[in-house]
Amino acid sequence: MAKIIVDGVEVDVPPEYTLLQAAEAAGAEIPRFCFHERLSIAGNCRMCLVEVKGAPKPVASCAWGVRDCRPGPNGEPPEILTKSGTVKKAREGVMEFLLINHPLDCPICDQGGQCDLQDQAMAYGVDTTRFHENKRAVMDKYLGPLIKTSMNRCIHCTRCIRFTTEVAGVEDLGAIWRGEDMEITSYLEKALGSELQSNAADLCPVGALTHKPEAFHYRPWELAKTDSVDIMDAVGSAIRVDSRGREVMRILPRVNEDVNEEWITDKARHIVDGLRLQRLDRPFVRENGRLRVASWQEAFAAIAAKVKGTSPDRIGAIVGDLAAVEETYALKLLMQGLGVRNVDARQDGSIVSPAHGRGSYLFNSTIAGIEDADAILIIGSNPRIEASLVNVRIRKRWRIAPPPIALIGEQVDLTYPYEYLGAGPDSLAELVAGRHSFAEKLKEAKRPLVIVGPGALARPDGLAILSAAASLAQGVGAIAEGWNGFSVLHTAASRVGALDLGFVPGEGGKTAIEMAQGGVDVLFNLGADEIDITPGAFVIYQGTHGDKGAHRADVILPAATYTEKSGTYVNIEGRAQMANRAAFAPGDAREDWAILRALSDVLGQRLPFDSLNALRQKLYGEFPHFAALDRVTPADAASAVTALAGLGGAAGREAFASPVKDFYLTNPIARASGVMAECSALAREIRLEAAE
Amino acid sequence: MKLDQVAKGLLLQEFITGFLLTVKYFFKPKATINYPFEMSYRSPRFRGEHALRRYPNGEERCIACKLCEAICPAQAITIEAGPRRNDGTRRTTRYDIDMVKCIYCGLCQEACPVDAIVEGPSLEFSVETREELLFDKARLLDNGDRWEREISRNIAKNAPYR
Repeated sequence: MAKIIVDGVEVDVPPEYTLLQAAEAAGAEIPRFCFHERLSIAGNCRMCLVEVKGAPKPVASCAWGVRDCRPGPNGEPPEILTKSGTVKKAREGVMEFLLINHPLDCPICDQGGQCDLQDQAMAYGVDTTRFHENKRAVMDKYLGPLIKTSMNRCIHCTRCIRFTTEVAGVEDLGAIWRGEDMEITSYLEKALGSELQSNAADLCPVGALTHKPEAFHYRPWELAKTDSVDIMDAVGSAIRVDSRGREVMRILPRVNEDVNEEWITDKARHIVDGLRLQRLDRPFVRENGRLRVASWQEAFAAIAAKVKGTSPDRIGAIVGDLAAVEETYALKLLMQGLGVRNVDARQDGSIVSPAHGRGSYLFNSTIAGIEDADAILIIGSNPRIEASLVNVRIRKRWRIAPPPIALIGEQVDLTYPYEYLGAGPDSLAELVAGRHSFAEKLKEAKRPLVIVGPGALARPDGLAILSAAASLAQGVGAIAEGWNGFSVLHTAASRVGALDLGFVPGEGGKTAIEMAQGGVDVLFNLGADEIDITPGAFVIYQGTHGDKGAHRADVILPAATYTEKSGTYVNIEGRAQMANRAAFAPGDAREDWAILRALSDVLGQRLPFDSLNALRQKLYGEFPHFAALDRVTPADAASAVTALAGLGGAAGREAFASPVKDFYLTNPIARASGVMAECSALAREIRLEAAE
Repeated sequence: MKLDQVAKGLLLQEFITGFLLTVKYFFKPKATINYPFEMSYRSPRFRGEHALRRYPNGEERCIACKLCEAICPAQAITIEAGPRRNDGTRRTTRYDIDMVKCIYCGLCQEACPVDAIVEGPSLEFSVETREELLFDKARLLDNGDRWEREISRNIAKNAPYR
């Protein structure tokens, strides 16, 4: 620890701290534009100037280390001043320089009201101008459908460049020319090719980069803010849903160091228009082959008539990817009441199951734990599109000091280099047998991490592959004291919660795919839109959007999306998090648990709760770990891995293929979104170009 | 004392004073105006009915910055914005003022960076139903077109004091 005096207050900080961090530790506020905690230090905005005693001129505190300061003549700790006259004058000077070329178009700028430059000009600037010459004019750049540019406003902090190269891992943005003529641009006006690009617009301290889809639609001060979690993938990123009236206007990331740091994917952010479009707002009943609008009573009556005449082993229930724990639990109780054993939450045909213990389907190392891993093996996964923020963590780990990373599966660009071991189970078997050099690297590592992705699990021989991966993990010592390196990756936000609830086929029960292929006569479909249901069965679809599930349905019950209800979601790590209501569901749509409660009455199997709180009380009584919000409830992974390793089985020969074919269109909300459709088309174009 | 009062009474002094005042005013110009046909003087700062102005070339001034909506103490203004279809510039898609809520404080015109929303000299907009006082964008622009001459003259008159 090093001592330093900040404005007369002596503080003890680690010597690698910068002066800016030391000043913050002492409670002093330092304005800054280019400095960002999660990016490298650029030191080019000069806004963070402070006075160091003994230094001839002010220094940029973001780029000056505490250990670089010399002690005083009598050995007293170095002293910095953040409030002196020199500092004030320096800041005013810097602000004046920054504003020379910054246009005064705050009234038409989307950043107005949330602009660092605006705020800091108010706090640290002068109120007059001495500049009467013409301002610089810069051409706006095309950066794709998500980021709108207004390059006149750019102050060249280079945060966007550093974000795309360092965090997102695509070197698409850069700067040309120098000094006043410097311009931020993409290579040949190409759209940014990252699934995290919108974060660059968040990082922009001015209005040079703003979000294109929501351009001009709102002002930050008119929005009501609700903390929530994202359910577009299974990572469970912390988000803030901003709404105006009944409408969700935007989604922003929230800081959660354990999960998403402060990034979210473009899909999590820009599906906002999908929440309004294609919504089911009234119940429908199919009559003579055509769906017609019905009342809730009619819909329930149609269901009751059908269910009463069907034996329980010809009834089934499938839970989709976006269902919260609460409605899955309500559906489970309802199906139990009806004596139905055909229940499944794995519409992709995945073989993960609570039968082998909770540790067999969790991301046991935790996402933050990736930073501790010193050898990483990815099996049957493309984390970049299946769980982008897991990929960001792996990249972050790689940037700190590149560990050996290897991949079995599709050879794709993961934004960091890796050793490609092979495409399918054969390569895994070789690794397990120790015939590959990478097995040595895993063995040598103190904290090896084995990630098994959905590409390896959502196939009939998935259990054999999972077992092989488990025995590999066991063999290389991935399960040790204080380290748990066997991690399973999912893509569905509902998956871990449903598995925790045991929403899988009971004894003799049918799996989701068997049910969809005619295994049942009455199928209750809770928002499963990625599964083809063969004609014949009577399908009750409860969901939010007019998507595949609704087209195939005989009765449609309109429900609420994750921004319109309070629901618990468990992420891949086993972290229960609460999504909160930011708006209200359209029309007659209701919250899912309430629909199931009302339906249970009609079916004569009244569920034992009348409110969400009563439901949760019962749920927490049965599964206490759902009550431990925002914390990972660790699983006994050692025994789970042992159990899995003991299963054995013969794996097939087909190569692993990621179930996520199109990152932007993985669920009904995203498919309803126009912005996502545009992104998807563009990504397809880029893929085609790359293939040529 | 008493004699004084008696003398005044006998000489009709109070009566005559009053009468003289009457006569004085009888020959002065009349203060009363014939209201619907005549209007009294209104200051250039008079805050009457709202109007949305245009530039001389006919382009709407309003840029949907929403500062008037934000500052309105009565929350009488509702704005929705978006990029304009033909050129993508920032414009309102909806601009409503609830004239029943409005307290005519003039903060909206103070806040406006482009002098788009102004309170014009008009004060004759009484109506029979409440709904007619919910002004929409078309009505406000129409007001602007109608009163533009007076409004610009008033702004010019007031400019030296700002």
